[in-house]
Amino acid sequence: MSNANPLMPQMATILDIIAETPEIKTLRVSGKDGLPFDFMPGQCAMLSVLPVGEAIFSITSSPTCRDCLEFSIKKTGKVSNSLHSLEPGQQIGIRGPYGNGFPVEEMKGKDLLFIGGGIGLAPLRSLIGYCFANRDHYGQIDIVYGARSPADMIRKSEVKETWAGQPNTKVHLTVDAEFPDWKGHVGFVPTYVTELAFTPENKVAITCGPPIMIKFVLQALDKLGFAPEQVITTLEMRMKCGVGKCGRCNLGPVYVCKDGPVFSLAELNELPGEY
Amino acid sequence: MSAMLLNKEKWPEFIGKLTGKNLWAPKLEGEAMRFAPVAEDEVPELTDGNTRIPPKNIVFPQTETMYRFQLGDFEMKEPELKEEMILLGIRPCDARAMVIVDKLFSWDVDDPYYLKRRELVTLVGLACSEPGLNCFCTSLGGGPASTEGLDLLMVDLGDSYLLETITPKGEALVSEVSELLIEADTEKIKMKKKMVSESEGKIKRSVDHKGIPEGLPGLWEDPLWKSVSASCLGCGTCTYLCPTCHCFDIQDETEGFEARRCRMWDSCMFEEYTLHTSGHNPRPTRRERTRNRINHKYNYYVDKFDVIACVGCGRCINLCPVNIDIVEILRQVKEAL
Repeated sequence: MSNANPLMPQMATILDIIAETPEIKTLRVSGKDGLPFDFMPGQCAMLSVLPVGEAIFSITSSPTCRDCLEFSIKKTGKVSNSLHSLEPGQQIGIRGPYGNGFPVEEMKGKDLLFIGGGIGLAPLRSLIGYCFANRDHYGQIDIVYGARSPADMIRKSEVKETWAGQPNTKVHLTVDAEFPDWKGHVGFVPTYVTELAFTPENKVAITCGPPIMIKFVLQALDKLGFAPEQVITTLEMRMKCGVGKCGRCNLGPVYVCKDGPVFSLAELNELPGEY
Repeated sequence: MSAMLLNKEKWPEFIGKLTGKNLWAPKLEGEAMRFAPVAEDEVPELTDGNTRIPPKNIVFPQTETMYRFQLGDFEMKEPELKEEMILLGIRPCDARAMVIVDKLFSWDVDDPYYLKRRELVTLVGLACSEPGLNCFCTSLGGGPASTEGLDLLMVDLGDSYLLETITPKGEALVSEVSELLIEADTEKIKMKKKMVSESEGKIKRSVDHKGIPEGLPGLWEDPLWKSVSASCLGCGTCTYLCPTCHCFDIQDETEGFEARRCRMWDSCMFEEYTLHTSGHNPRPTRRERTRNRINHKYNYYVDKFDVIACVGCGRCINLCPVNIDIVEILRQVKEAL
């Protein structure tokens, strides 16, 4: 049964752990012989701590990074707390990749607008890295990233230096409130998106963040003239199997673990709003 | 398909030939009938009515070990599933339910546990001569002597059972007991037809599902979801006892240094089922959960697998502690269309 068993994890080693914020750590993970599996940006994996449990996380590294998989994990529940207590060299279980991933082919030739909030940057980062590795395929890139406070921002130096230093790329950072050490923009992400007055022509907007942020970002994009087909988001759902059997992640007739987690707003408009 | 006859005088002998082969049959345990292994010297009697617990647990155990491991060691050992079994006296609705659930467990990615168990089981059905008060199988493409999913069908003709082989598995079983059987004559076939048509006449409940799968999305915000779920306790009985419900949870368990990861039945009627770690719940109340249960069976499953995920066995109606009745819900849905 082993080779064909989709519910059986393989073991992987934690190479390194980066403390991003008080609540978020990035785990760098490698299989026995390099990457545990190939994947596309936007796909997810089930991580296991034995004998604690399994939970689904988006892969935050780009598939063009061949050394390891990276997961930025916020300490929230049983499995994520347990993952936070691990150290480099320890083993975790991993299975995947799950889900559809971002439509990287359809996005070719377009300008890209990334809008991330808090830990919601994690799945976007995989796609951003992929786009930079294939820079010629994409037009102007704008990245709007917001967090509650400067201390809550993840991948800070990468965002500010590596990303901002890419050709034809702009990074727009914001935090929710004034902080003594913060000289950048202050305000919520959706408001900032409106202020920046992005134009929809030949552009795709990709957003991920807390549900409330996504809700208002969608409204802001609509006001700026973005059509539902031009707006892409990635959803979070409670999942157990990852392979369309256990039942709980359904959004109407589709399973978020198989048919998602990436949906265009046009697709979401056709589905029940149970997310 | 050939039809043979087993005189009931030979029933103990028939059972005797099968008991060494991991035979399971309905058994009264406490006040509830459920499928249980038949002991060496035991001769099960097949009675009217259906088991309270559907035989889905035979192919989809309530708790199933996915793999075992030792604490501190990461070698995961899967259970070896290899023992064949015979399920004697399964009702046609429950066999049809397995065919429906097969679609889910073989969709896109094969589920090795479920499909292996399905491969190992031979289903010997028993046609219903006395349908239950809340049976409505005939509304959904089934019937008292439906053979869908069965390997062999038995029909009670009073002093004998008519045996109809449906599949090679059924043929193999018949060949092992062939010395006890005689060819059924046309008289017996006529008797069967009469019995089945009488039985169909005894089914009093029905669902007119025409237009429901297409119509349900339009009723998303209809007030009926609030009223039909108002008395729901969220106990999950309807889903646990449903032969087509297949949702599961995955949990780790330890005992000393021994650990296992297992999956167990879950229910979309439980609050925790969809609860996010953040506290957000996409289906926060029983209204949304009831709406999902009905939509899943009569809309989403049809959309995905082209079949309604309900066989009309009536268990969810019989055993709901607050008398929520799916036939009545569907009547209201139909009315609201």
